[in-house]
Amino acid sequence: MAEPLIRMQNIRKSYGRVQALVDANFHVNEREIVGLLGDNGAGKSTLIKVLSGAVPLTSGDIFIRGKKVNLRSTSDAIANGIETIYQDSALVTQLSIARNLFLGREPIKPPRFLNRMDQEAMNTVARDLLKQVGISKNIPPTTPIGSLSGGERQAVAIARAMHFDSDLIILDEPTNNLGVAETQGVLSFVRNARDSGHSCIFIAHNIHHVFQVVDRIVVMRRGKVVADDIDPKKTSVAEVERIIIGMSDKEIRDAIADGKPAH
Amino acid sequence: MENHSLIQRLIARPEFGPLVLLVVEIAVFWSINPDFLSPQNISNTLAFTVELGLIALAMTLLMTSGEFDLSVGSLFGFSPVLMWTLFNGGVTSLEMGFVVALVVAALIGLVNGWFVTQLKIPSFLVTLGMLLVVRGSALFITDGFPQRTWSAEGSWLAEALVGDFFIGPFRIYMSLFWFIAAAIALGYVLTQSRTGNWIQAAGGNPNAARARGVNVNRVKIGLFILSSVMASLAGVISSLRTSAANPNSGTGYELEVIAMVVIGGTALTGGRGTIIGTVLGILILRVMRNGIVLIGVPGLAYNIFIGAIILGMMALHSWLERRHQAGT
Repeated sequence: MAEPLIRMQNIRKSYGRVQALVDANFHVNEREIVGLLGDNGAGKSTLIKVLSGAVPLTSGDIFIRGKKVNLRSTSDAIANGIETIYQDSALVTQLSIARNLFLGREPIKPPRFLNRMDQEAMNTVARDLLKQVGISKNIPPTTPIGSLSGGERQAVAIARAMHFDSDLIILDEPTNNLGVAETQGVLSFVRNARDSGHSCIFIAHNIHHVFQVVDRIVVMRRGKVVADDIDPKKTSVAEVERIIIGMSDKEIRDAIADGKPAH
Repeated sequence: MENHSLIQRLIARPEFGPLVLLVVEIAVFWSINPDFLSPQNISNTLAFTVELGLIALAMTLLMTSGEFDLSVGSLFGFSPVLMWTLFNGGVTSLEMGFVVALVVAALIGLVNGWFVTQLKIPSFLVTLGMLLVVRGSALFITDGFPQRTWSAEGSWLAEALVGDFFIGPFRIYMSLFWFIAAAIALGYVLTQSRTGNWIQAAGGNPNAARARGVNVNRVKIGLFILSSVMASLAGVISSLRTSAANPNSGTGYELEVIAMVVIGGTALTGGRGTIIGTVLGILILRVMRNGIVLIGVPGLAYNIFIGAIILGMMALHSWLERRHQAGT
């Protein structure tokens, strides 16, 4: 079997005496959208933070296409092709779309000592990328991020990850606080990213959004991956919910009958 | 339609409000006292304007990056005192004293930047502490007395910084050209260069900037150094022009400079800055100071007008910002 794009093996992460991740094993294949689900405190965020270089792991190994990597910072992760898009935190609202897309990697016009950004080139690429990611509205690339909607901001962040050839795009709650139409927009941006060769990890509280877009579902509970090969086409939402809370049908019925909270 | 949207775009710019205010101010002062636009008055106003202006230009970049510097007024007083003390004591030439003053200022900026970025102490507290250290040093070195400065006559440094000449009836100081050069250079840095993008990102969303590999700390430390060096240069220019190096000079300038910058449209919270706006802000405050005296308002009432302008401009900028966010 081909080596997956990302493989995380026996990942442990402790905060003092609290074990946030306990021997978690997780992988993402090439050109695949993986939905990562779990209740609050299940370890999803910690797993993603480890993979995006935001927090160091306590023990375990991370492999990219079979090669072991050491992700000590977010810059390390970006350099290794892993881009994380946190809602509202990835972009600078005061800067334009084009300036955000190229932040930190702005093209320079010769002569180089003048340190002058090639704004025409940035605008041209930005215009193409917005089309590629699927924004139908004609938004000039000089528009400040502050005047875009939540969904359009997600699109810009996804477009940036696509342009800089991130192999893996991690989307943390990309559909939070978005309306129905905007959510559908973001889901289609994610599909477009997959279709143009990128892999994605999709984290969302709304399980229905996850079902609409992912190829495979992974469920975490108490710091462990408890199911990693759920096919959304062959599994119901209710079944996945049961796996998330870790109870059988009978246990849930009994809990409701006894008036106890479900878990 | 095209013209309509052009006018709308112009009005939406943060510099538009300050520009209107400046034009109104000049028109009012001139209509009450035509001497306001006399060559002599314009020459006098410009001479001092550019000295504070140099500090305001650097402060614009620093504030765009989300920080500010309260120690600039004390450096304005300290640097000429240091230069003249070294020269009068026969320790260095005037030129070498000038270089030493700039280097010491750069080190002070470095310390400010280091405290803010490495120890994570707010710039308000760090630079307030530095204000006291620097002002105290100036007073200690001089025992509180002004330094002797008359021997600058004929020095090429004095000629290069504050040499004066007449263009028609206007007396122009060389410092005006340094100011124009600094405004063009820093305006270019902020709007055209990659560094400018990093400065705005550092102030707008430092975490996003860091995630993109921008060295936010280095950007901020560099701007603290720039701010200190420009305050030092402005102090030396002022001392050479007025033939005075008073350890108390520059007291209160920090707040006036910050007022100039925010009136011009730079956000106090960082992320957005404009050099053109700052130039307008500088002119608004200096014209106000000069104009109210010329039209017969007691000079002591100056602060009332300045306070009112700050409040009015902040209200305008906030309204424009809300319109902008609403996409109208």
